[in-house]
Amino acid sequence: MQASKTTREKVEAGLRRRRRREIVFQLSGMLATTVGVMFLGVFFVDLFAKGSTAFMQTYIRIDVEFAEDVIAPDGEIDLAYADFDGLVRTALRNEFPAVSGRSERRELYRLVSIGAGYQMRDMIEAKPALLGSKETLWVPASSTVDMYVKGNIDASIDEALRPLSDAQVGWIESLRESGRLESRINSALFSNGDSREPELAGIRGALMGSVYMLIVTILLAFPIGVAAAIYLEEFAPRNRWSDLIEVNINNLAAVPSIVFGLLGLAIFINWMSIPRSAPLVGGLVLSLLTLPVIIIASRAAIKAVPPSIREAALALGASRMQVVFHHIMPLALPGMLTGAIIGMSRALGESAPLLMIGMVAFIVDVPSGFSDPATALPVQIYLWADSPERAFAERTSAAIIVLLAFLLVMNLTAVIMRKRMERKW
Amino acid sequence: MQGTTLILILAAMSFAAFFFGRGRSVALVGGPRHSTALHSLPGYYGYFTAIWCLLPALAVLLLWVLLEPRIIVALIVKGLPEAQRSLSVGELDLLLNNIQNLAAGDAISGDLDAALSEAATRFQDYTTVSRRILAASTLAVAGLGGAIAWRRIRPDLRARNRVEGIVLLALIAASSIAILTTVGIVLSVLFEALRFFQKVPISEFLFGLNWSPQTAIRADQVGSSGSFGAVPLFTGTMLITGIAMFVAVPVGLMTAIYLAEYSSSRVRNIAKPLLEVLAGIPTVVYGFFAALTVAPWVRRTGESLGLEVASESALAAGLVMGIMIIPLVSSLADDAINAVPSAMRDGALGLGSTRAETMTRVILPAALPGIIGGVLLAVSRAIGETMIVVMAAGLAANLTVNPFEAVTTVTVQIVTLLVGDQEFDSAKTLAAFALGLMLFVVTLILNVIGLVVVRKYREQYD
Repeated sequence: MQASKTTREKVEAGLRRRRRREIVFQLSGMLATTVGVMFLGVFFVDLFAKGSTAFMQTYIRIDVEFAEDVIAPDGEIDLAYADFDGLVRTALRNEFPAVSGRSERRELYRLVSIGAGYQMRDMIEAKPALLGSKETLWVPASSTVDMYVKGNIDASIDEALRPLSDAQVGWIESLRESGRLESRINSALFSNGDSREPELAGIRGALMGSVYMLIVTILLAFPIGVAAAIYLEEFAPRNRWSDLIEVNINNLAAVPSIVFGLLGLAIFINWMSIPRSAPLVGGLVLSLLTLPVIIIASRAAIKAVPPSIREAALALGASRMQVVFHHIMPLALPGMLTGAIIGMSRALGESAPLLMIGMVAFIVDVPSGFSDPATALPVQIYLWADSPERAFAERTSAAIIVLLAFLLVMNLTAVIMRKRMERKW
Repeated sequence: MQGTTLILILAAMSFAAFFFGRGRSVALVGGPRHSTALHSLPGYYGYFTAIWCLLPALAVLLLWVLLEPRIIVALIVKGLPEAQRSLSVGELDLLLNNIQNLAAGDAISGDLDAALSEAATRFQDYTTVSRRILAASTLAVAGLGGAIAWRRIRPDLRARNRVEGIVLLALIAASSIAILTTVGIVLSVLFEALRFFQKVPISEFLFGLNWSPQTAIRADQVGSSGSFGAVPLFTGTMLITGIAMFVAVPVGLMTAIYLAEYSSSRVRNIAKPLLEVLAGIPTVVYGFFAALTVAPWVRRTGESLGLEVASESALAAGLVMGIMIIPLVSSLADDAINAVPSAMRDGALGLGSTRAETMTRVILPAALPGIIGGVLLAVSRAIGETMIVVMAAGLAANLTVNPFEAVTTVTVQIVTLLVGDQEFDSAKTLAAFALGLMLFVVTLILNVIGLVVVRKYREQYD
């Protein structure tokens, strides 16, 4: 048995090498999997490290007087021209009587956000009886103060290299010691629209814009998508035309989203002259974008309904329409809804096509309708990410956390729905 | 009357029509107990009436909304003084704009004169009249349609077949929207691109080496040469796509192999959803991460190695894009690997090959077409990706293959050319559509090949 021995020897000679290769291969597989998972870990840690502080905001307590001679010089409250900022300044001067000189005072005034004046105006507008009274208010500190309190500005470096002067640092410390400086929940982040001042900037406008857009999207994309899926699965004859539709839908699902933006710009805005920046246009574009997703998911849901249901209904004399609407649709609906939610979460995260149709404008007002100028949450993230202030970087991360929370809720709903309603036939 | 009220009234009318129609059908045969004498179930007679009430009215509404602005503008222009009627198209548009703003009570540009305010009053009048006619005619058509349908109800009317025919038409229309979208994309991009190629020769666009899209607004302006050679954009796109593929293909493929062949089911049940989370993160978030975390890190690392790295290096954008595409590659590779019949795998293992050898010598070659199809889809995804590169890659159109330098891509340029206020027919804005056309054509080819290949090889082993 000379020959078999040499074969055996040959095999044994190569065994070590082969085992080593096997191990290397397995390790590289493990490594690859780790890379993806690790990135996710790094990403979330980085995001929360950057963004979690934005949910808190530094507030300063000041004692203001709603002085009659400033707010109502002619006896009537004059909201438009009254110098509320001046009242805030007076309050600050009273707090630090030792501060004198124009430039020093100006530094002092910079501790408090310009939102303080607006806050006073809103108070007196809501309650004119405040006129003449003295009130203790918590007003937002300016973003540099906020950054200092959060430890993002190092007071030990040279004064010229940091945005706060030594005097300002001293004031902040004295405010802190006297309990006039406090970190509170940043409600402005959720109740305000966009602003140039980081401490006043909020995501509410963007969030409402996204909500309006998603309403348009779901109202258009879901019925059309389901109808298209029903036709393609149940009625379409197998011919060139339905092949063409099929190829089209699969391709549309893979067309870069920015191309849909170009379509929206050319057709909806230039040709149909729907106003720019409106959630209506955004919703139209996003519904075209999510349509393929919903069609594909709905078709899968229809396919999953066993043929026995169909045949039983037909055998009892139901028409094909009745089979579809009375039997298949109810059974396939959970799958269709899951697909719709996934499509909506895609639409919520989409921003590139919205840039094309003018939804990148700086919009302070919270939109209150489908044709008001608006922006969307992801676009707001893009806009803030462009701002150089450190405080905006923090708020961008916070906005991302909010966006991801929404996406998480949507996807979890989809997963739970699929688990709950899934039927094994 | 407001549009919403009108639509609500229409909805109420068709709702009522349903009950009238159903009621009549039942009454015709003498009560619900004799409803078997009807051709269809009574409800279908209701739907039949409601559809005839709603659809014609909606058609009138739609037609009116489309035609109304044109008719009003024509009437206004007809009533303008002779001097203004002979204005050029642009000036006339401006004038009409002014009239509309005045009618809406907004501020206008230019002087307010008697003719203008008179025109504005007429504009308001026409709009009111038009709205009234619209409301009256829509409701009349709805009523008439419903009444005719109601009168036509007979026990032998094939109501179910009629209703189902209309529903089928609606289903067909819905499925044609996919086609319409593609046609819309092609037409909108193609027409603007053709206008661009009238201004800039196509050869310059495709082969020119210099991209600087600033066009002159005034003739004597400095630094506004406006050259539209897109080669630097194509190389930039390919560079970033290349880096992304360099990350995504090996990592995605090895992940798929590991999860399919080696990992315990517990690891798989954790790792797979985590990777799906990667696919679900919005691209703008990746862009933020690339610009604020990865790019500075790449720069610091590069500098500590003595390399000169631009702060918006192609490497950072490419790396993050690669990570984003990993789930796509791994799920398509997983499909391709699972499509290989287990007999082949068992055979190879039975002959004594190791699992690595089975994978690399037997399964991967068999799954290769599917994997390549998947990679093509991934490339198409990378080429079309916008937000990551807009935020993390540069704007400067450098012609380079050095991953440490800043490059720009087709999508970045589309965004920069179209965001902001430009007149719509300048070469600059039209250039964006030409780039969009290129993008669409290239991704279309990649997608179609990829989809066909993926589908073909999935079926082959079934």
